[in-house]
Amino acid sequence: MGIRFVLMVNKQGQTRLAQYYEYLTLEERRALEGEIVRKCLARNEQQCSFVEHRTYKIVYRRYASLFFLVGVDNEEVSRAHTFTIMCPNELAILEFIHLLVETMDRHFGNVCELDIMFHLEKAHFMLEEMVMNGCIVETSKANILAPIQLMDKAS
Amino acid sequence: MNPFSSGTRLRDMIRAIRACKTAAEERAVIRKECASIRAAISDNDQTFRHRNLAKLMFIHMLGYPTHFGQMECLKLIAAPGFAEKRIGYLGLMLLLDERQEVLMLVTNSLKQDLNQNNQHIVGLALCALGNICSADMARDLAPEVEKLLQFRDPNIRKKAALCSIRIIKKVPDLADNFVDPVVSLLKEKHHGVLLTGIQLCTDLCKVNEEALEYFRKKCTEGLVRSLKDVVNSPYVPEYDISGIADPFLHIRLLRVLRILGHGDADASDCMSDILAQVATKTESHKNAGNAILYECVGTIMSVEDNGGLRVLAINILGRFLSNRDNNIRYVALNMLMKAIAVDAQAVQRHRATILECVKDLDASIRKRALELVYLLVNESNVKPLMKELVDYLEVSDQGFKGDLTAKICSIVEKFSPDKIWYIDQMLKVLSEAGNFVKASVWHALVVVITNASNLQGYSVRSLYRAIQISRDQETLIRVAVWCIGEYGDMLVNNIEMLDIEEPITVTESDAVDVVEIAIKNHSLNLTTRAMCLIALLKLSSRFPSCSQRIKEIIAQYKGSLLLELQQRSVEFNSIIGKHKNIRSALVERMPVLDEATYNGRRARSASAAVSTSLEFASNLSNGVIARTDVAPLVDLLDMGADEPVPPCSSGGNFLLDLIDVDMPSSSSQSDVLLDLLSAWSPPPQKGSPTTDIILLNQDDKPSVNALDILSSSMVPSGEAKPTGPYMMDLLDVFGPNPATPEESGPTFPPIVAYESSALTIIFNFSKRPENPQMTDIEAMFTNKSSDVYTDFVFQAAVPKVNA
Repeated sequence: MGIRFVLMVNKQGQTRLAQYYEYLTLEERRALEGEIVRKCLARNEQQCSFVEHRTYKIVYRRYASLFFLVGVDNEEVSRAHTFTIMCPNELAILEFIHLLVETMDRHFGNVCELDIMFHLEKAHFMLEEMVMNGCIVETSKANILAPIQLMDKAS
Repeated sequence: MNPFSSGTRLRDMIRAIRACKTAAEERAVIRKECASIRAAISDNDQTFRHRNLAKLMFIHMLGYPTHFGQMECLKLIAAPGFAEKRIGYLGLMLLLDERQEVLMLVTNSLKQDLNQNNQHIVGLALCALGNICSADMARDLAPEVEKLLQFRDPNIRKKAALCSIRIIKKVPDLADNFVDPVVSLLKEKHHGVLLTGIQLCTDLCKVNEEALEYFRKKCTEGLVRSLKDVVNSPYVPEYDISGIADPFLHIRLLRVLRILGHGDADASDCMSDILAQVATKTESHKNAGNAILYECVGTIMSVEDNGGLRVLAINILGRFLSNRDNNIRYVALNMLMKAIAVDAQAVQRHRATILECVKDLDASIRKRALELVYLLVNESNVKPLMKELVDYLEVSDQGFKGDLTAKICSIVEKFSPDKIWYIDQMLKVLSEAGNFVKASVWHALVVVITNASNLQGYSVRSLYRAIQISRDQETLIRVAVWCIGEYGDMLVNNIEMLDIEEPITVTESDAVDVVEIAIKNHSLNLTTRAMCLIALLKLSSRFPSCSQRIKEIIAQYKGSLLLELQQRSVEFNSIIGKHKNIRSALVERMPVLDEATYNGRRARSASAAVSTSLEFASNLSNGVIARTDVAPLVDLLDMGADEPVPPCSSGGNFLLDLIDVDMPSSSSQSDVLLDLLSAWSPPPQKGSPTTDIILLNQDDKPSVNALDILSSSMVPSGEAKPTGPYMMDLLDVFGPNPATPEESGPTFPPIVAYESSALTIIFNFSKRPENPQMTDIEAMFTNKSSDVYTDFVFQAAVPKVNA
């Protein structure tokens, strides 16, 4: 689906989790996060969940004090077929964000900012089970959480 | 244990960071932590390697450099335990990237882990490879990944499928190896494997035409069946989202069908039933259902024509458009843009709704809607659409005005049915959002006005009215001042009244008032104020009754600190005072500017990358003439000789044309370069050099350089500070005998290109008699110093001329 990054940001605009599926330098990342956060956090509840920024389309959703932002390719033109424009499905990404949150909820029990901060690696493991190289791997919460639970049991 | 290692737990570090009140405090905490981690690394401390890496990941997330931890990842990956490997691979994905040499070192560990028997370790390695694999790694590890596509555990197969995508993107040659495994993946029932298998199939189709044909033949039916199964599947709690079984799988399937059906009637036919079912039966009260409908519409639009389906799709979009949820409306606008190419008529039906979206409170929706409206405009609907847009311009917020103005101007220029409508719309835009109008747009307006001889009076009167109301739109002021200068007499005497106009009474002194107010407005750009001076000069001859007053206004700028104004003031003052005999000829109306040439130029300059010389020139005081800085002087000189002089020409007018050449005259060294540039440009467009020069020089800039060069004095303008007497000398040279420059026309005098105490460069120009378009330049370098020059490099920059 061409996910290029997943960000979790609190309402003060501090990054709480950042996963990129393409290489950006430290400076580029900082600049990008700053710009996006400024753009998205300024929007109100009534406005739609999509913002275009540079070559990204950002789909975001707010859960209590935490913003989940997913950047996707703005226009993915297939090389073999110039006419088949594979535009991203923004609504599906929105649904994916919700799935991510529900999965975290199931593990942490009503996930909050602190859960993600103090268990950053676990949040990453979950994301890893859901997205690989910008594509969705798995949509079943049980399948996503199985390896993590296994690891918890072992330790 | 390492005495330097602070031993703080991860939890404590995060607490400490959270407690920081300022960025400086945070930096201090991080610096301390990084120092202790570095110490632990250099001691090869093993107890805390795991924890240190977790800390580094947190630090990395906050945006601090963590490269020193990269080797630690490798060490953890090489460790035998799962827990170490897990954090090691995570660190690898976060802290490293495929450009780094460290990746070379990890290839071997990856290979070992891919061959492990423990499925969790294999899964880790696959995930890491899928996220960071480089082309080299892809070649080395492709066989392992290929094997894993048949692994016993489906969780490994799905990861191997996505890993393969990365591999074929890095090395498209490897695509062939994955075609057959995909066919079997597509038959699986496990949702994860199916989802990723379809994704791999989609990507194979994108990189390889043969693969696409193969899948089209072999898999279309199977995929259609899979879609049917998932659409009709009973309730599956694990994958259910608001009553729909796995919408993600739905969407993936629809997407791959889109590719398979595109351009192939048989495949399209095969999927039409299921597409119709999805389009009609999907529940549209929840986001998941709408996501599927949205994807389905996209697929219907892309596959080969089926009238019934298209109607269904457009109706879905119509429903979306009237939805109260902004997200739904946004995607509807998005999809309608693509639907225009397929069925413009159907999209036109929603025009009114789309127009409402342009006025939405949400910037994302407005932007989409505006782009859509832009695509919808045609000759028949331009007038009502434009009225709506222009009316909205008044109330739209500042952030949106730029976009809106650009689109409106572009529509007006493209579709205007007649000139008077064009002028009316442009005036409205200029009055509402003049500051957002690009230079090329108002230049075009001026060109149109000069061409519409029966509308000049109307234009200048409308501009006069407009400027009474909106005084802060700079572009409006520029156009108004220019027109008042040119057509002031038409303003005062109500010449060429149109029936639709209401007569206005404007006295000569009212007209001068407008210009005077503008020139005294210090918030206006220098160019605008310089244009005012020109307008005043012109009015001084058109309005004899105000001549004295104008002279006084102009004289006020003799002492201006802005060199450009000062120079013009001095020059014009001398024209008004000393050269009454030529004045009226000097300030005649500008000849008609050639529209075709201007548009051609504009199109070219828009397409051509801005060459450096242009950029640099536009930094000079006068942004307006950005494109003309390269207006070749050669042209100008040639004109006297080989070209017919413009219709209304006279000796004096010719001089005016010469004066009009815009040479940025601000005293800077770079002018020397510009002089060279303009001297060197080969004459573009032999056909109409006269208009070429004039039409872009609406804001005339009599410049000391032009005169310099003509009088062969060849002083680089940097030194030629326009002092009063000196200028008058120059003018006097020409005053009594305006024909002089014509004599120097055919041959271009030598030019001192560069002069310093150590080096002089002189260029001699000669025309080839057989080909007057070619100019030979002979450069003469004189070493004036006592030293010997070696390794002398001469570099010249010439402007790009796209002939």
